Amino acid sequence: MDEAITLRVQDLSTSFFSEKGEVKAVDHVSLDVPHGSIVGLVGESGCGKSMTARSIMKLLKYPGKIVGGEILLEGRDLVPLSEGDMSLIRGEEIAMIFQEPMTSLNPVVPVGKQVQEAILQHRKISREEAKKKVLHMLEIVGISEPEKRYRCYPHELSGGLRQRVMIAMAMICRPKLLIADEPTTALDVTVEAQILELLRELRDTIGTSIILISHNLGVIAQLCDYVYVMYAGQVVEQAPVLELFDNPSHPYTRGLMDSVRSLRRGDERLSTIPGVVPNLLRLPQGCRFAPRCPMAGENCRSCPPELSPAGDRHLARCPYARR
Amino acid sequence: MRDEQEEILTMQMDAPEDVLAEADTLKDQLKRMARQNKLAVVSAVVILLFVLGAIFAPVLTPYTFDQKDVINRLAAPSAEHLLGTDELGRDVLTRLLYGSRISLLVGVVPTVISMLAGAVLGICAGYIGGKTDAVIMRLADIMLAFPSMLLAMVIMYTLGDGLINIFLALALVSWASVARIVRAETLKLKESVFVEAARSMGVSRLKIMCRHIFPNCLPSMIVLFTLNIPSAILSESSLSFLGIGIKYPQASWGLMVNLGRQFLYTKPWLSLAPSIAIMLVVLAFNFLGDGLRDVLDPHLKDQ
Repeated sequence: MDEAITLRVQDLSTSFFSEKGEVKAVDHVSLDVPHGSIVGLVGESGCGKSMTARSIMKLLKYPGKIVGGEILLEGRDLVPLSEGDMSLIRGEEIAMIFQEPMTSLNPVVPVGKQVQEAILQHRKISREEAKKKVLHMLEIVGISEPEKRYRCYPHELSGGLRQRVMIAMAMICRPKLLIADEPTTALDVTVEAQILELLRELRDTIGTSIILISHNLGVIAQLCDYVYVMYAGQVVEQAPVLELFDNPSHPYTRGLMDSVRSLRRGDERLSTIPGVVPNLLRLPQGCRFAPRCPMAGENCRSCPPELSPAGDRHLARCPYARR
Repeated sequence: MRDEQEEILTMQMDAPEDVLAEADTLKDQLKRMARQNKLAVVSAVVILLFVLGAIFAPVLTPYTFDQKDVINRLAAPSAEHLLGTDELGRDVLTRLLYGSRISLLVGVVPTVISMLAGAVLGICAGYIGGKTDAVIMRLADIMLAFPSMLLAMVIMYTLGDGLINIFLALALVSWASVARIVRAETLKLKESVFVEAARSMGVSRLKIMCRHIFPNCLPSMIVLFTLNIPSAILSESSLSFLGIGIKYPQASWGLMVNLGRQFLYTKPWLSLAPSIAIMLVVLAFNFLGDGLRDVLDPHLKDQ
């Protein structure tokens, strides 16, 4: 086992068992998060990014279940662990921040208390000590006048501040891994930049590895070291961030990049990817992207492609990737 | 629509150095309620007066609650008897004061018991779900299927008279509706992101129920509390009237209303005095409840 890997997910499959049949929300996903790195998960809504994150936390809601694979946190498999054992790991070793800072804090508890609760859950320390640590952490995440903010209720804080509090809560036990599920989607652009910078600083100072989930390629490009592109529950391309943006190999990745505004391209119309994400109950027989792919051949429609090398540490799920 | 509002709010609040209000202490909040909601203050004063009257009843009147003066029976209000006397010549004001002891106790104690029981059961049912939910809620359904008055009567007959038994009977008939409302609230809160966030921090189930679900149920529970107090007072009156509640010669408002019923046309004060007392207390609890809810619910605080 490579010591430098914080989290290794192998062949993880998560399904939802609905009345209409099994929905494979996450289908044989493998990913590695090296120690101290920021790994991006990118894709459209419903492609399985958040479900992958929830599976790693084992916070799936009722009809959802992990049906196969391993989640190795520094070599220890989380999949067979009981709920009780998992709650020792959550917050202590893996923590998560959510998309909406508006609703992710309890409206009737002062924010300082909520952060304090997180540390008291995992450390046997006195309340005074915990409060000191909370104030220190609030300062680290860039909240001015922590003493004053400590007593504030969430509704008294702005979205950016709330997200900072959420990050303080997630980082208070200095977890090995932080999962950030679209942490800046609900924030405006200036605050977004601040929050992203904060995440990078935390990685540098505390050494926490981060999985950053986003549908925003700009965010991914700014922050990540390595990127996984997901489509319909599968990883379709993975590469170091520069390699991915210089040399996108999967037609889906190229489609995503073409649909982002660029200064270089001037004011021509933005291109879009035709069609919609396939219904996970009725997946195409061959490549899942084939119905929307501009270069799909007969072969693509009948036999599903495997991830194959497309460059240095670069894999793509497309037979044409090497071209 | 709501999102839009929130966005606008956020934008305003994201002004350079996030300006914000000083964090409020409970004292500040109560002061603000006092400024904004005069009715709540008046209500609190009314309730306080009744409570003081109940406590200091022996000091406030020269009579005792069962002191009879048969010659002066059914006397009209006068300087000697401010609210007149009843059919056995007992001072009505005195009985009203002594009666408020029982009526207030009967209003508050069983309501508190049933609120606590209902909250615990409702939160467990809603949060744990599955079999626990099924068992608790079917039990609640059974309780709700009985006419509550009949159920209270059966319980009183089985347990016998007495104040403690009235508490038990009234608590037993009213926990089910509390449990239902709290369960519904819990189901809603269970899906909220902050509960998920708490779970993602490894917070245990019990702590989530106590610290996250319960405080968020409080605003609706306060409203329920103020609605249940009057109904408990009224139930006690009915039970007393039927002879299975407070025993004669003890005084309770319900009992007094019922005793005055036969003289309603000739000596209306006999029924009117306790009726007005009941109305005042019931209204005061309602208004105070509204005011408290506005203070305790941070969502409503700044609006």
